[in-house]
This record gives sequence, C-alpha cells and structure tokens, in this order.
Amino acid sequence: MKKTLTSLTILLTMLSSHAVLAETASSKDPYQLNLTKGVTDISQQVYDLHMLMFTICVVIGVIVFGVMFISMFLHRKSKGHKPANFHESVKVEVAWTVVPFIILIFMAVPAAKTLIAMEDTTAPDMSVLVTGSQWKWHYKYMDHDVEYYSLLATQREQINNKFAKGENYLLEVDRPLVIPTGQKVRFLITSDDVIHSWWVPDFAVKKDANPGFINEAWTVVNEPGVYRGQCAELCGKDHGYMPVVVIAKEPAEFEQWVAQQAALQQQAREEEQRLLSMNMEMSDLMATGERVYQTNCAACHMPNGEGLPGVFPALKGSPITTADKPAHIDILINGRTGTAMQAFGKQLSLSELSAVITYTRNAWGNNTGDVVQPKDVYAVMNGQ
Amino acid sequence: MSTATDTANEDLQHDHHDDHHAHHAPSGITRWLFTTNHKDIGTLYLWFAFIMFLIGGAMAMVIRAELFQPGLQIVDPNFFNQMTTVHGLIMVFGAVMPAFTGLANWLVPMMIGAPDMALPRMNNWSFWILPFAFLILIGSLFLPGGGPNFGWTFYAPLSTTYSNDSTALFVFSVHIMGISSIMGAINVIVTIFNMRAPGMTWMKMPLFVWTWLITAFLLIAVMPVLAGAVTMVLTDKFFGTSFFDAAGGGDPVLFQHIFWFFGHPEVYIMILPAFGIISHIIPTFSRKKLFGYASMVYATASIALLSFIVWAHHMFTTGMPVGAELFFMFATMLISVPTGVKVFNWVATMWRGSMTFEVPMLFALAFIILFTIGGFSGLMLAITPVDFQYHDTYFVVAHFHYVLVTGAIFSIMAAVYYWLPKWTGKMFDVTLAKWHFWCSLISVNLLFFPMHFVGLAGMPRRIPDYSLQFADFNKWISIGGFAFGLSQLIFLAVLIKASRKQGEPVDDRVWEGAEGLEWEIPSPAPYHTFDTPPVVK
Amino acid sequence: MVIKLVTIVVGMFGFGFALVPLYDVFCEITGINGKTDNTAAVYESVIVDDSRTVTVEFLTRTHTGMPWKFEAQTQRIEVHPGELNTVEFYVRNPASRPIIGQAIPSVSPGTAALYLNKTECFCFNHQPLQAGEEALMPMQFYVDPQLPEDISFFTVQYTLFDVTANATETEKIAMTQR
Repeated sequence: MKKTLTSLTILLTMLSSHAVLAETASSKDPYQLNLTKGVTDISQQVYDLHMLMFTICVVIGVIVFGVMFISMFLHRKSKGHKPANFHESVKVEVAWTVVPFIILIFMAVPAAKTLIAMEDTTAPDMSVLVTGSQWKWHYKYMDHDVEYYSLLATQREQINNKFAKGENYLLEVDRPLVIPTGQKVRFLITSDDVIHSWWVPDFAVKKDANPGFINEAWTVVNEPGVYRGQCAELCGKDHGYMPVVVIAKEPAEFEQWVAQQAALQQQAREEEQRLLSMNMEMSDLMATGERVYQTNCAACHMPNGEGLPGVFPALKGSPITTADKPAHIDILINGRTGTAMQAFGKQLSLSELSAVITYTRNAWGNNTGDVVQPKDVYAVMNGQ
Repeated sequence: MSTATDTANEDLQHDHHDDHHAHHAPSGITRWLFTTNHKDIGTLYLWFAFIMFLIGGAMAMVIRAELFQPGLQIVDPNFFNQMTTVHGLIMVFGAVMPAFTGLANWLVPMMIGAPDMALPRMNNWSFWILPFAFLILIGSLFLPGGGPNFGWTFYAPLSTTYSNDSTALFVFSVHIMGISSIMGAINVIVTIFNMRAPGMTWMKMPLFVWTWLITAFLLIAVMPVLAGAVTMVLTDKFFGTSFFDAAGGGDPVLFQHIFWFFGHPEVYIMILPAFGIISHIIPTFSRKKLFGYASMVYATASIALLSFIVWAHHMFTTGMPVGAELFFMFATMLISVPTGVKVFNWVATMWRGSMTFEVPMLFALAFIILFTIGGFSGLMLAITPVDFQYHDTYFVVAHFHYVLVTGAIFSIMAAVYYWLPKWTGKMFDVTLAKWHFWCSLISVNLLFFPMHFVGLAGMPRRIPDYSLQFADFNKWISIGGFAFGLSQLIFLAVLIKASRKQGEPVDDRVWEGAEGLEWEIPSPAPYHTFDTPPVVK
Repeated sequence: MVIKLVTIVVGMFGFGFALVPLYDVFCEITGINGKTDNTAAVYESVIVDDSRTVTVEFLTRTHTGMPWKFEAQTQRIEVHPGELNTVEFYVRNPASRPIIGQAIPSVSPGTAALYLNKTECFCFNHQPLQAGEEALMPMQFYVDPQLPEDISFFTVQYTLFDVTANATETEKIAMTQR
C-alpha cells in the first residue's frame, strides 16, 4: 500500500513538473502535442472542454479496446476456446444505448455553457474591422483614424530555400494588429474577394470572412504579448502565406501607439498632397516601382511579369501595360470585378501607385517610355 | 405482396437466362466492354478503384514530398492546391465509392440468391462512363492554368468567380460521376427489392446487403443535390447567375449549406458498407453468430437518417446564430450513439468466441480500433466551442483519414482478402498479405497519428508550407506516407498473383466459420450462379 | 420501381435548387448571416421604448472594381426601439463613365437583422450615377422594440457593388438619356 502511494506521488510530481515545463516553453515548441491554452478566459474554457472530451474518449477507448484485447487473448481457437452460443441480449443492448446517451448529456452541458459565453453581444470597448483579401489582412480601427494592410514579412528567398529560415518563418507580418489588454475588443470580419478565416489560436477566435457579409468575434486578452495565427480557409494560391499577428499592449501603451499611428497617417496624407505638385524622376519611379511590384504584384504576375498562363495574366507585352494609360491606372486603383485583381488604390500611396505603373510600363521590354506621376493617379482616382 | 414479387422474380430471371445464352463468353476486350455479368462488372469496378487508389495515392505522395520540409521545394502553391483537390476527388469518387459498388456487384446477387443484378445493361453503362469522368478530371491538370485548385469542397466564390476555365471540365466530370453512382444505386435497390431468393425475408438479409440498401437510398437522395450544386457553380461562373454572389443577392455561405447537405450523407455512404463488411468478417473468424443483428440494422438506419440533420457542423465558423450551433452540435453528438452500438456489438461478437487471425480478420480488427479512434476525434469535433480551434486544421485531416483510410479503405481490403478466394478459387499469397497488413498498419499510424498533434498545435490544412515548429512531425508524417504508399505495392503483387490464379485451391466454404449463400456455391464462383433460386429456411 | 427511384432522383435534383429560396426563408426567420429584408417595411405607430437605447453603427465599403466614394454621414447613432430615424450616405462617382451601384446590407450580430425595419432604403434599388455625379442617399429605419434585451449594440454594413454589366436595358437607356 505504502509503495503504491509513493509511486503515485512520484507520478503526480512528474506530471506537474511536466505541466510547468509546458507552460514555460514557448508556443514554438516543435513537440507541442496538445491544444494551445491561450491567454483569454474563453480560450482557457475551450482548453478545459477539450481536455474533458479527450479524457472521456480515452476512458471509453481503454474500456472498449481492453475488453476487445482480453477477448482476443483469451478466446482464441489456438487456446482451445470453444465458441459460446449467445447472440443477443435486450438488456445489454439497451444499456449500451442509454449509457452513452447519458455520457453525451454530461458532455453537452459544459459545451453549451462555453458556447453561450462566446456569444456575448454586450457593447465592446473598441472595434476593429478585419478585411481579408488575397492574401493579406486589412485592419481598420473603428474608433480611431487608423487603418492599414498587414502583409507577410518573410522574405521570398527564405521560402525558396535560398536564405536560412528565421525564427518566425511564415508567422511574421510587416504591420501587426495592436490591441489593448483587459478590454473587450470586437472584430468585425469580412472579405473583399473569396472566403478567408481569421484565426488566432491563443484567443480561441476563428471566424470566416465572407465577401459581402460581416461576421463578428470578440476577445479580452489577459496578458500583453505577441500572438500569431494564420488564415484557416483555403483562399487560393497563397493561402499558406497569410499570417495574422496580434500584439496586445497595456491600455496606456496602446493609447500612445494609436495616437502616434493616427499622427503618422495624417502626415502621410499631407505628404501625398505635396507630391501632387511635384514631378518625380523616371529613375526614382523605376526603383520604387520595382520594390512595390515585388512586394505586391509578383505573387500573381510573377517577378518576370509573365504571369501564370490560364490563371494570372502576363503583364509583359500586355495591352493593359502598353496601351491606354488611364485605363491601366483605373485597374490599379479600383481592381477588376470578378478577378483576383484587387483595388490597390486603398493599399498603396499615390507615389507607390505611380511608381509601380511606370515600372510595369517600362520593365521586361514593355519600354513604352511613359512616366506616370502621382498627380496622374490622383486625377483618375478623383475624377478630374 | 410476396406473390407479386415472386412473379416479378421469375420474370426477371427468365429474361436473364436468355441474356446469358445470347452473350455467352465472348473473349478479349469485348467481353469486358459489353459485359452485363455482375461478376465481370464487379471485377471492373474493383480494378478501376484500385488504379484510382494508386493515382490518388501518387498525388498524396506529391503532397507529402512537398511537406517533408518547410519551404517550397518541389511544386508551386498553385499546383499543390490542384494536388489536394484532385487527390480528394479521386479518393472519394474514384477509389472508395467504386470499390464499394464493385463489392456490391459481386456480392449482393450472391448473398441474396439472385442470378444477376436487376438491370444488367444499366450496370454496364454505369461502370463504363466512369473512366471518362476521371480522364476528363485528370486531363484538366495538363491544361494551361491547370485543373481544379479550390479543394474537393469547391467553396464559392473561389470555385466560381476566382477559378479558371477548367472548372467547366470539373463540373462535367462530377456530373458523370454522379450519374454513375445514381445508376449503381438504383440497380442495387431494385435488385434487393425484387430478386431475393424465396424465404430471404428482410430480417434475414445479410448485413452487407442491408447496409448497401441504406447506402443506395442515401446515394439517390444526395447525389442529385451535388449535381445541383455543381450546376449552380457552372451557371454562376459562365452564365451570369448569382446564387453564391453577394452582388446579385446571393450568398457564398448558401453554397456550403448545399454542399454539406450532400457532403455529410456522403460521408456515411463511404462508411455504411464498411460496417456491413466488418459484420460479416468478425463472426466468421470468431466462429460465433453476430451479436445483435437487429440492433445493427436499426443502428445503420438511424445513422442514415441522422446524417441529414447534421450538415452544418462542417461550418460552425461561418457565423451561425447560437441556436443553430447548439442544434447541430447536439444532433452530431447523437450519431455517436448508434455508431457506438455497432462497435459494442462487434466486441460482443468476439467475446467468448473461438478466434483465429487470418488476414481479413486482421484488417477487420484494425478497422474496429482505428475507426473508433476516428470516431472519438469526430465526437470532439462536434463540440462547437472546441471546433472553433480544430476547424480547418490538421486535426480534421487526421480525423477524416482515420475514418476513411483505416475505416473505409481497410474494410475494402478486408473484404477483398475475405472474398478473393471465393472469386478466384485459390487462396491468395498469405505471407505477402500479412506483410501488406503489418506494413500498412504501422505506416498508416505513423502517417496519420502525428497529424493530431500538429493540428492541435495550430497547423492549418491545405497549406504548401508551414512554420518551423511543425517541421519535425511533418517529416515523420511524410515518411509514414511514403511507407504506406509503398506498402500498397505489396497489395498489388498479391492481387496480380491472385488474378493469375496462383495459389492453393480452396473448398466451397473457404473459411471455417463462414456463413451465407455465397459460401454455398462452388469456388471459384461460376460465371452464372443461382439460375434457379435457392430456398432460404 | 425504377421509375419511382428515378422520380426521387429528379425530385432531389430539384430539391437542391429549392434549397436556394428555402435558405432565404430560413435566413429571414433565424437571421443567419444578417441579411435584412430587401423590401420596405411599413411603419405602424409602434410604441417607442424610451427606457432602452440601442447603438446602431454604420459601416460602408466598396467592392473590388467599384470606384465610388461611399461614406456614412452618421457613423453611429443612438436610438430608442420603435423610434423612426433617418441616416444619409454620401456617394460620388469619380470615374469618367456612368455606373450603376447596388448596396448589399449585412447586420451583425445576425439576430439583430430580424429587428431592423427599413421603411426606406437606397439598398432596395439599383443606384445610377453619371460620371462625376454625387448624391446623398437616405435610409429610414426603426428598431423593433422586440429586440432581445442582450443586444444593445449592432452594426449595419453596406457593401457597394458595380452592377453596370448586369443592369437591365431600360436602366441603361435611362442612364444615357439623363
């Protein structure tokens, strides 16, 4: 008896020390076996629910498979076991219909509770409009004058195995979403093209972004930190390259950050206005244009401008990039309905747009010699 | 009623009799092209399914090779998406479903004491349109721009507005597959209703026949819905309708409702006949009657009925009202009750039996354990709040591969090993078959079990590249995948040897404990059986 | 037998299509996806519930390919259930061609859609704008006092689509004559 107790204590200590290990290990543990616990009350509830289901399944499994293995061991012909004759028993059959049913009710109650807790519709402290498009996320703070796109920051060369892969390979973005801790943040989720799904495992939030419709989800993050997720619904070619990164900051820090961003965005708009009266040099436009092209366009139209035959059109030698200039600008600004071509007017600045248009009209032997200035783009955008 | 059926029986048998004499034993390719014999058509279906299994498997090898390491090595993301899509379509519509139809063709007439299927010419046709469907589908991969790349679930608007023109070919091939399945299902139903031997009452029917009858009803109920869904995709893409386009008042989520209204019963279409097969094999090698025959029938029927009211559990993240989420969660959990009854019945059949472990039994036992593991993860997936975390991750991939590979496909292999000696009259190469079993069993678990871990840790499905934390497990998964793929070549060797009629001759009963009409006829089963119906007592 | 089975097959094929209107009915009853009625409601002197205030938030978006400027003049409004309110939306067509727009509403949480009654809305019809033209589009609504207690805040989103290509002939002629 004493011996059993000692071994039990050892086992428990081992288990608890393992649990401590699991908590201190980062989320990038290459041997993570279990669901992420996360950093919100809801994600904790979800984790507990997951463990409850898992335990019940394991117990049932051990019993059923145990009986099966005992039978396989004892009731074999090679041991000379003679077959019994029974082949039905109403009592037993009723029992193993009713007992699982009771177990199910036992499972359903906490599940329903958690689900109802998730559907909390009280007024949030702040809202963010999350818009998916092929293959980036756009965040707009509804209570502040701040909005931006969030793109994969991993270099092409890492993906193509030319450079060593960084620590956060495929889970890093240029501009993460920033939210305050301890406040109810509501996410309004929608899409500009196909269906995407916004997922942050640490918040236990996964909601589809449906074009033309809004969905909502919310979270209250308890701990400041960086939380990483990915798009979870197949959304086309670069579905695997569309990460979500959320930074949770203390409310005071967040306020400071958001004020700074608003100021920066205001400044950028003023800079744009100033650019309108200026003419940029062809060489500058080509240099900026190439950079913009490689970040925003090369995923579909390919770095060499040849596109993917039958899927994404080539820009090299295309009538769009070699003929009518205003039409070309219009497509860049507004996108083209019913294709993967997005409205870049919302995503890029005037100078970036003019640069990338100039670049595509002169690269890969397109050599039209056209120079497009920010004011040309502005004219098309605002109908002047 | 019974007199009317009997007369119909006689009429049908009479017709067949003439048929047989008219087309007796043509040789060469025409034998197979024009055959109306259920055994020939069954063989065609089974070989076709096996070839599709190897082609679909080859695509899985491409997927696993790309996922062996993080980074892009072998294929580009667009081709990767085509591989996952076509792998899914081929395995579902080209491998599992035709294999079950092939088994039904071989076995249903032999089990109910009928000379052939009720509609033999339609039977020929329902097989021979299938190869064209898959030629079109696989051919579309070689077009500029490639084949379908939107996942086998072809969610709109990815499959409509944002797909390339080869979608038309995809729609056309799915239509042909649907027509083939529907014709096969009608044939099975008519055969079972009209051609049972005298004395074969409903509750005396072998379970494989029962499960297939219920499956056939599911097929004729939902394959037309799939046809409707692909037609709507076609008209949305090419003819300006807007069923799924918000701009014209449609809704992309509607597509998912229609698709899963088909899709969930489809899942049971692929598993109910497996339940039938296992219910034959377990009693044979336990030398004991199946426990709870009647409850097996009722459980199958209730699974089939429940399958129509659970579809939205595939779409919990689309944003449903909480009431609907609760309903679909509870309904889904309910399915585990009849499924559990089946597993308990099989275990009770083994209990105090006299067991031996021949190859079919090995596969059947592996089926029970591994399918149950798939069932457990299914139950976990039904719990809506947790499903938000599991949805569209490798946890789901692990779940449905446990149910479909170690479930449906293991049951098909068990069935082939079980009835193959009856078909050829020779025992298959047992040593090779055991190698096939053990290699498959170990590799399949190495392949699919770690998928649970990476899924829980947060790896989304359908991605060609992943972050570094998933690298180690994915390497093991890929190794398991290659090993499982290679193991199937052993199966190919066994089948080639069997088709050349190599091996020890077997007696009529083949297995010591086998019961049923198919074991009463000579081995190998003659070209025509039960020209005069047997009497079932 | 065969004929019966074929009838089932044909019936189920039809049922697949019948799911489209059935789904709309279902949405109308349950509020899935936050679709609102696309016909005008009639305002019958409903008793205004002064004891409750509900915040309604308006969101505007333009879909890919739609060049219009589209802004809600009122971004957020506090209303009492039963009270009739009007909000306006500003649109301008900066393009050099006439364009017909269609706004698609979506409400979140979806249940709220059942209690949002619009007596007048620009989203009921196609909205044509000449090149460079601008307009203020009104939307008049009241919130049904039956709105569940736990909802005190909801969002109405309008996504503006360019439907010029799908417009009827008469609309196109009307456009060119104006």
